Amino acid sequence: MPDLAEIFRGEAGRCTATLIRVLGDIDLAEDAVAEAFAIAAEQWPTTGVPPNPGGWITTTARNHAIDRLRRESTRTDRHLAALRLETDDMQPDHDPELDALDGFVDVVPDDQLRLMFLCCHPALATDAQVALTLRLLGGLDTPEIARAFVVPAPTLAQRIVRAKRKLRDNHAPYRVPHAAELPERLHAVLATIYLIYTEGHTATTGDSLTRVDLSREAIRLARVLTELMPDEPEAVGLLALTLLSEARRPARTAPDGSMIRLADQDRTQWDRMLISEGHTLVRACLRRDQPGPFQIQAAIAAVHADATTAAATDWSQIVALYDQLYAMRPNAVIALNRAVAIGEMRGAAAGLDALDSLDVTLLQDYQPYHAARADLLARAGPRDAALAAYDRAIELTANPTERRFLDRQRKAAADRTKASAADEESTS
Amino acid sequence: MPQYLLSVWFDEPYDDDVDLSTPETQRQMAQTAELNAEMERAGAWVFVAGLRPASSATVVRAAGGDVSMTDGPYAETKEQMGGLWVIEAADLDAALDWAAKAATVCGRPIEVRPTHA
Repeated sequence: MPDLAEIFRGEAGRCTATLIRVLGDIDLAEDAVAEAFAIAAEQWPTTGVPPNPGGWITTTARNHAIDRLRRESTRTDRHLAALRLETDDMQPDHDPELDALDGFVDVVPDDQLRLMFLCCHPALATDAQVALTLRLLGGLDTPEIARAFVVPAPTLAQRIVRAKRKLRDNHAPYRVPHAAELPERLHAVLATIYLIYTEGHTATTGDSLTRVDLSREAIRLARVLTELMPDEPEAVGLLALTLLSEARRPARTAPDGSMIRLADQDRTQWDRMLISEGHTLVRACLRRDQPGPFQIQAAIAAVHADATTAAATDWSQIVALYDQLYAMRPNAVIALNRAVAIGEMRGAAAGLDALDSLDVTLLQDYQPYHAARADLLARAGPRDAALAAYDRAIELTANPTERRFLDRQRKAAADRTKASAADEESTS
Repeated sequence: MPQYLLSVWFDEPYDDDVDLSTPETQRQMAQTAELNAEMERAGAWVFVAGLRPASSATVVRAAGGDVSMTDGPYAETKEQMGGLWVIEAADLDAALDWAAKAATVCGRPIEVRPTHA
């Protein structure tokens, strides 16, 4: 008997996406899919898993939803007319007549794509986009998502309810955006998936450095997206970026759970399968030559993955890629990463110069800025300034594992201060 | 067809009448007239109005059979509504497209809000 939870995770998004189109309502679709999975959990242990579990779930969910609508026929008109999401094709399913729903359930690959664009509609706030994506496409339940983001379950439940109501009240269309609006809308989808990945990669709070579930879910979503939109190089770039970052996961934490920096990681622990898949995707992007921010970040990750030791890293190539990225997205965070790369290529003093030339007003409360600055100062600056930068970085760190790491770095810098003070005394 | 309120927001104090004689407002009014015509041609236009300043507002309340009046506006915030459209659109995305045009014409933020169906 295969793991039902595993099947659920793999199929729930696709089934829900189709049922939303068929039923025209998110809540009805969710209830129907949940009911179908409950029936599966009851029957499959004795009957065995059907050859096409997703098709079975979708058809069962559809049939039960229609039965329920018939039973509660007074609610039917309300649901099917007032609460309907607008579909601009798929007319057969758009007919409010219940009998028209009796046709066979046509699973359209585009359904999942429609759902991605719906969940990431720019009219929704970012946290709502993320929550809705995980709930509807990822099949995660509300307490799971709440735990992952360390928010109280009722808060998250309300966030999801409000987002669904907003889409419904506003007659949000259930379709793949037209060509003219596609780049912007696609960016919202990519940004949401990447946010889910990074949240799983470095949890902002909580005691475990990596949350495998969110990272894995983000990679799965990126994979689905590239299958559905194979001609979108940025979607491929996002998948490559997440795979190449994920490859380093086994080396990111020490046995005691503490964080290990990229420079100090045991690179033999990196996942070669993921790196190889990521490299193949990056090469495909390079051949296509339509660079975008995710592809360039993936290329940077690929350069790191190429280096068998930290010292062997081709920093000049990384600086060049950051230059290209900054030209596309001139923001302070990219400038910060570029300065760090310059620090590696030409030495900590050059890195500090690059850092000091930035407009830091936006970086004052940005933990990585202070952590990077502390690291460069510890190597090439006044030590008091280094310690002060560590203090500020530690103050801004919510993740306990990362905080322990910075505490250790600060202590090392402080010890060096004492040692060099002692040196000075002995030489004077 | 769903209806939406597109409201135009002033985020500076809107206590005095807009000076209609400046080239800037003249241009905005001409462009707004063009947009209204475009909405009518598309069958989207229901209603449009520019509002007098917020300081001209009066608030009326009815409670327990008593009616009282006070000097407005109701919302004592810096941001005040300065005008509005009601449009019909097939869906949210179509409404947002009209809002984008309205925001360009007015040079001000537009809030899009659906009505009850």
